[in-house]
Amino acid sequence: MKHVISVLVENESGVLSRVAGLFSARGFNIESLTVAPVGKGDVSHITLVTMGDNNIIEQILKQLNKLIPVIQVANLTEGAHVARELMMVKVDAQREVRAEVLRIADIFRSRVVDATPTSFIVEVTGSSEKLNACLALLMPLGVTDVVRTGQVAMARGAGQNHQFFKTP
Amino acid sequence: MELTGAEIIIHTLRDLGVHTVFGYPGGAVLYIYDALFKEPAIKHILTRHEQGALHAADGYARVTGNVGVAIVTSGPGATNAVTGLATAYMDSIPLVCISGQVPSPLIGNDAFQEADTVGITRSCTKHNFLVKEVDQLSRIIREAFHIASTGRPGPVLIDIPKDVTAALAHYESHKGQKVEMRSYRPTVHGHAGQIKRAVKLIRDAVRPLIYTGGGVILSNAAQELQTFTKAIKAPITQTLMGLGGYPSSDHQFIGMLGMHGTYEANMAVHRCDLLLAIGARFDDRVTGKISQFAPHATIIHIDVDPTSISKNVQVDVPIVGDVKDVLTRMMDAIDKSDFKEKQTNLSPWWQEIEVWRQTKCLRFKQSDTLIEAQYVIQKLHEITKGEAILATDVGQHQMWAAQFYGLEKPRRWLTSGGLGTMGYGLPAAIGAQIAKPLDLVVLITGEGSIQMNIQELGTILQYQLPIKIAIINNANLGMVRQWQEFFYEKRYSQSDMSVQPDFIQLAQAYGATGLKAERPSEVEPVIRQALATKGAVIMDFRVNKETNVYPMVPAGKAIHEMILPDGAAINEMNLL
Repeated sequence: MKHVISVLVENESGVLSRVAGLFSARGFNIESLTVAPVGKGDVSHITLVTMGDNNIIEQILKQLNKLIPVIQVANLTEGAHVARELMMVKVDAQREVRAEVLRIADIFRSRVVDATPTSFIVEVTGSSEKLNACLALLMPLGVTDVVRTGQVAMARGAGQNHQFFKTP
Repeated sequence: MELTGAEIIIHTLRDLGVHTVFGYPGGAVLYIYDALFKEPAIKHILTRHEQGALHAADGYARVTGNVGVAIVTSGPGATNAVTGLATAYMDSIPLVCISGQVPSPLIGNDAFQEADTVGITRSCTKHNFLVKEVDQLSRIIREAFHIASTGRPGPVLIDIPKDVTAALAHYESHKGQKVEMRSYRPTVHGHAGQIKRAVKLIRDAVRPLIYTGGGVILSNAAQELQTFTKAIKAPITQTLMGLGGYPSSDHQFIGMLGMHGTYEANMAVHRCDLLLAIGARFDDRVTGKISQFAPHATIIHIDVDPTSISKNVQVDVPIVGDVKDVLTRMMDAIDKSDFKEKQTNLSPWWQEIEVWRQTKCLRFKQSDTLIEAQYVIQKLHEITKGEAILATDVGQHQMWAAQFYGLEKPRRWLTSGGLGTMGYGLPAAIGAQIAKPLDLVVLITGEGSIQMNIQELGTILQYQLPIKIAIINNANLGMVRQWQEFFYEKRYSQSDMSVQPDFIQLAQAYGATGLKAERPSEVEPVIRQALATKGAVIMDFRVNKETNVYPMVPAGKAIHEMILPDGAAINEMNLL
């Protein structure tokens, strides 16, 4: 089963390689990993998506906690949460399919962020499933490039994911 | 006060109470060594190799319980330190290693003696730092000591570019101040509810067994363990790392468990209905085939490291906390409850154990002609009254030392348990002797292991250390040979060590005394002479080349499926 894990870390050099190194050294899987500074910039937030049975997930959470610069770890999959991902798709769209690309983009509430006489870049945001569905429809029309951010996620409801989060 | 980075390092170390460091100078640490030269309060021990410096600091830490400190230069200095760091990491030994780095502007340029030390050591340290600014230096060193010595201890490396050691910064002493880190707060107080649950389970257990590891030593909890074990009257077995945590002469001690554990200990693990693991981590050398480990037992696990719990074996009652803290509170719970009145009678369980003991699984025959290694260690134990600080290397002699040199006290046993580092023993013994100049330090080693760091005889000479070295010389990489005999149809591939230096002459070349024993009758006189000799002694015991370590649990087997002495009986006493 997939798990979305939220990790708050000290924003210092090498912290990402500590997290990534942990997964490779212990043979855990990473499906996606996103990282960016939050708050005052002294902490970074990592959202990572991983797979494994309950024992493996428990070990992953404990091992992440054990890393010295890790401030807090939460398994968002244990509760209700919102997960979002952003994707950009480049479609080499010739005359006859251009309208179709725009229709599909519209269905998925996505935006065209770049247009040339022969191509579009479509930006889609949503759940990973939605992105997959959108991509499946665009694929036959001539997709030449895809980039995805991987998921970012947050627990639903009031309160904070992380007690150490400080508003700037 | 304005100081250079190098002076800040030395002042911070001094304020942290460090008075001995081990190391080896080089280009990137010249400023540090210059500052050290001017500081009389810190004694520097010059080893002959950086690996030796790390192992010596490790031995020092194991004997004293304080953080061991080593200083190495950049590039090869740091890469040579890696085995020492990995050894300490696997055995949870508190070390701080200061490594020099090329000047900041050159980092990443493939400069002379440059290595990505922080990258290389990331996976074999508890944590590491690259110091980028001189004003971070004092804080980072204090954090490094805090991290190394608290929670589950371990080695921490601080990589310091040469320009940082030369730069000036304001310094004020932080002597006695506590380090606070928001991202690092290990849990030391065990959960009260879990402790209560555990005590009730122990009270009601029919066949309880205590299984302890290095955590008891690291937490300085030997006294608490003894009180607790006496109170619950259960048998106790220990891992290789746990030896010395409980007096081996006590009746409740049933020997080491695991691959070369005693028959009674392994059978007890197999039969127990309650296993109380204390500061141990269910290593594969302990558990054997994991699916058949302690199959009838409810498992309670006390450990300061949450990742050790339910990593290899699923645990029923986890208690995260410092062993000393948890044991003290368990004793409170025992004293304040109906434990003593209501505890299950353990005498049927002890009867079962006594039957296993009758197997005499450590038996061996000493002939008139060939020395048996076990005999040498037995004699060493007898003559030193089991009171020596004992260092070992890795292999057959290590297992025999564990089996035959019964330890009574903690922090007198130096062995590379987790990483199994050949070459550990000699420098570790040096660290121990530096820490305890008046104590008897004995190294039990093999002719293979000692050659892996033999250059440290130079350190022994320089500091006139009276270490007594017993080489169990079977002219073979004995443990490799044993596995080849058992599992590779006696194809003894590259395990012959009969080409070796003359250890007697070698001892003399290094200003030590060399003694040789080739017959059983010579063993005792050689040991007595060595102990009566001032200064370092190498004893070369030429032992039976074909003796194997028994009992043995073959890899992949359950731990009750042992091969007993003479290779004859596999699981000779049938289970239910």
